[in-house]
Amino acid sequence: MADRPAGQNKPALELHVPEPRYRPGDKADFSYLDIPPAGAQPRPDEACDPRETTPLVHDLIRVLGDDDRAHGPWDPKLDPETLRIMLRHFSMVRAFDERMFRGQRQGKTSFYMKCTGEEATSVSAAMALAADDMVFPSYRQQGILIARGYPLVEMINQIYSNKADKLKGRQLPIMYSSREHNFFSISGNLATQLPQAVGWAMASASKNDSRIAATWVGEGSTAEGDFHAACTFATVYNAPVIFNVVNNQWAISSFSGFAGAERTTFAARGLGYGIASLRVDGNDPLAVYAAEQWAANRARANKGPTLIEHFTYRAEGHSTSDDPSAYRSAQEREEWPLGDPINRLKKHLIAIGEWDEERHSAMDLEAAEHVKATTKEAEKNGILGHGLHQPFRTMFQDVYEDLPWHLEEQAAQARREREIKWPGEEPWA
Amino acid sequence: MSSEVKEPAAAEAGTANETGRRLNMIEAINDALDIMLERDPDVIIMGEDVGYFGGVFRATAHLQEKYGKNRVFDTPISECGIIGAAVGMGAYGLRPVPEIQFADYIYPGLDQLISEAARLRYRSACDYIAPMTVRSPFGGGIFGGQTHSQSPEALFTHVAGLKTVIPSTPYDAKGLLISCIEDDDPVIFFEPKRIYNGPFSGYYDKPVEPWKKHKDSVVPEGYYKVPLGKARVVTEGETLTVLAYGTMVHVAEAVCREKGVDAEILDLRTLVPLDIEAIEASVKKTGKCMIVHEATRTSGFGAELSALVQERCFYHLEAPIERVTGFDTPYPHSLEWAYFPGPVRLGEAIDRLLKD
Repeated sequence: MADRPAGQNKPALELHVPEPRYRPGDKADFSYLDIPPAGAQPRPDEACDPRETTPLVHDLIRVLGDDDRAHGPWDPKLDPETLRIMLRHFSMVRAFDERMFRGQRQGKTSFYMKCTGEEATSVSAAMALAADDMVFPSYRQQGILIARGYPLVEMINQIYSNKADKLKGRQLPIMYSSREHNFFSISGNLATQLPQAVGWAMASASKNDSRIAATWVGEGSTAEGDFHAACTFATVYNAPVIFNVVNNQWAISSFSGFAGAERTTFAARGLGYGIASLRVDGNDPLAVYAAEQWAANRARANKGPTLIEHFTYRAEGHSTSDDPSAYRSAQEREEWPLGDPINRLKKHLIAIGEWDEERHSAMDLEAAEHVKATTKEAEKNGILGHGLHQPFRTMFQDVYEDLPWHLEEQAAQARREREIKWPGEEPWA
Repeated sequence: MSSEVKEPAAAEAGTANETGRRLNMIEAINDALDIMLERDPDVIIMGEDVGYFGGVFRATAHLQEKYGKNRVFDTPISECGIIGAAVGMGAYGLRPVPEIQFADYIYPGLDQLISEAARLRYRSACDYIAPMTVRSPFGGGIFGGQTHSQSPEALFTHVAGLKTVIPSTPYDAKGLLISCIEDDDPVIFFEPKRIYNGPFSGYYDKPVEPWKKHKDSVVPEGYYKVPLGKARVVTEGETLTVLAYGTMVHVAEAVCREKGVDAEILDLRTLVPLDIEAIEASVKKTGKCMIVHEATRTSGFGAELSALVQERCFYHLEAPIERVTGFDTPYPHSLEWAYFPGPVRLGEAIDRLLKD
């Protein structure tokens, strides 16, 4: 360096700012993606050294082939009834998303987020876990709640912030919480749930419990410091935890290149921490199930954490506040080479003679009717903006276990304001 | 306070007896942690260097040896990881007591504290709670320079859902820490490291006397609590009220003694929840109020105290409320004693309060 004159770099340095391949109006072409054939990926032993997963972090674990049949060592060999249950969950999630999205457009609530195209990453993964395994989801895993049997009416009550909302109207729609379903309270702050899941898993291990933790994060949020902290803690303490990185290619308007995807995979990151890591076709429900089951068995056997990158595509906008036609090609969704998870499972069940189009249509109709009826039931408890659903005092409760004097004073102020602004309208519980 | 003391007479008289050993603040904190590890199998201690080594200030000495690595363990150097993992442990049902080595290094964990620990009970409507106590050495006066001297308490008192507690004696350190660990709300427990080994008068050129000579170093053995939300009357007085916490309690006491001022000094002990009744009663009695803290002035906790006193004691005030604080600069190294709110700064404020 000393013998090098200052300011003489040749050529001049250049800043690389990633750019997605296709913008609005462009023709999308995913032929550059290397999609390996189903069944071709090795399945290491669940107790293996993390290094044995090295080939898998740049590969793509796939089970369902173009012939709609299951192939290779990752086939979880699920019985047809389990597959039909999975399909029903998928159908319900999609019907629910459609209805709630419409509800937001009709002004019944302020906000909603769909998970269209990513249903397998939550439903299939959740089905591979035990009911008492703790999940720390992000905001796009409504499929877990549906797979775990959480009542739809409670989900809608929360979305409408109505008088039956168990979270008392405090939380933005879809930020669910259910201790009974081992579903951790969703936070708006991205990636914070990752070190929390590790801490929960560490606690379970320290108590010689048998329960494990699983957490979900989008690929965009892996750029947060919490991702690094969580991976480090998980590997240091050999925590029984599963990191599900849902790589749906988009973080609002930023493509995955802004989380580092141009140079490596997200699964490869896990390997750098010494964490067993798998990269999975996230639209292949059987592959997702198999990977989650592999990771769960590994964690239960004290062999430590696993990171799974679910390679998928966010088929819809980021949220009801987002219009993806402003930043990406409208063709991407139809050109996405891994297809649609629901359609793939449906075709598989038909191919093995366990399903047919009539039953499928009837199932979709039944799901839509069920969601519609449940929505009506929930609407009896009110919708956002129609009346004051929660007693004002609840605004001050649960900040602390007990109400301190300053909150008592502020609650009294709110009560006085209520009498002026909405005389006689709401109970003061 | 005396109602919680097992040996009140001994504590008041400052005499050690068979149960009232004399401890410095580190030993008292170690004792509190030891007792809570013993009493509650869900208490765990984690942090950088807290395990085998026993902590850079020795606060966790011998605890890993006694309770095992499942209960007391070292962590990676990641404050976000430490606090985030503690939130998850709390959700499981443990009662974690994480340590942040210096308050100056708590910032990487702020998102987990502010967005998660503080709000978990509220946002989940009690589905999940964060019953954790974050211990962290804080404050200056030790030539710690910019990153071993800060007093960031106002960042935490501003966060709904957090409690902030600061002891100023070994007796309180143990009793308050036990209360914090048993409390189901997340607590920030700031330990004034300047007074770990002995109270500090602010007269930096005079020798420091060790805790062993101070009455509040008599620390009963076994379990006792000092309740959160209750201030301690350090000295009773009629002329003016001093509101202080941590190291500044001792500085204020020394300066008032030196100047012969009949001051009523309140050690707030808990900033949130605050003992507003004690403050109000004292200021209404004296009519004059001096607020003292090491932290920088602008938007410091003193501003909140000043506003509360003004709102509640306006017609009793005989002089403007005085705030004696650190300057609005980063904490300097070589100019420490020019920065530190010491006897001259306190003395001038007292003179202004008493001039009529």
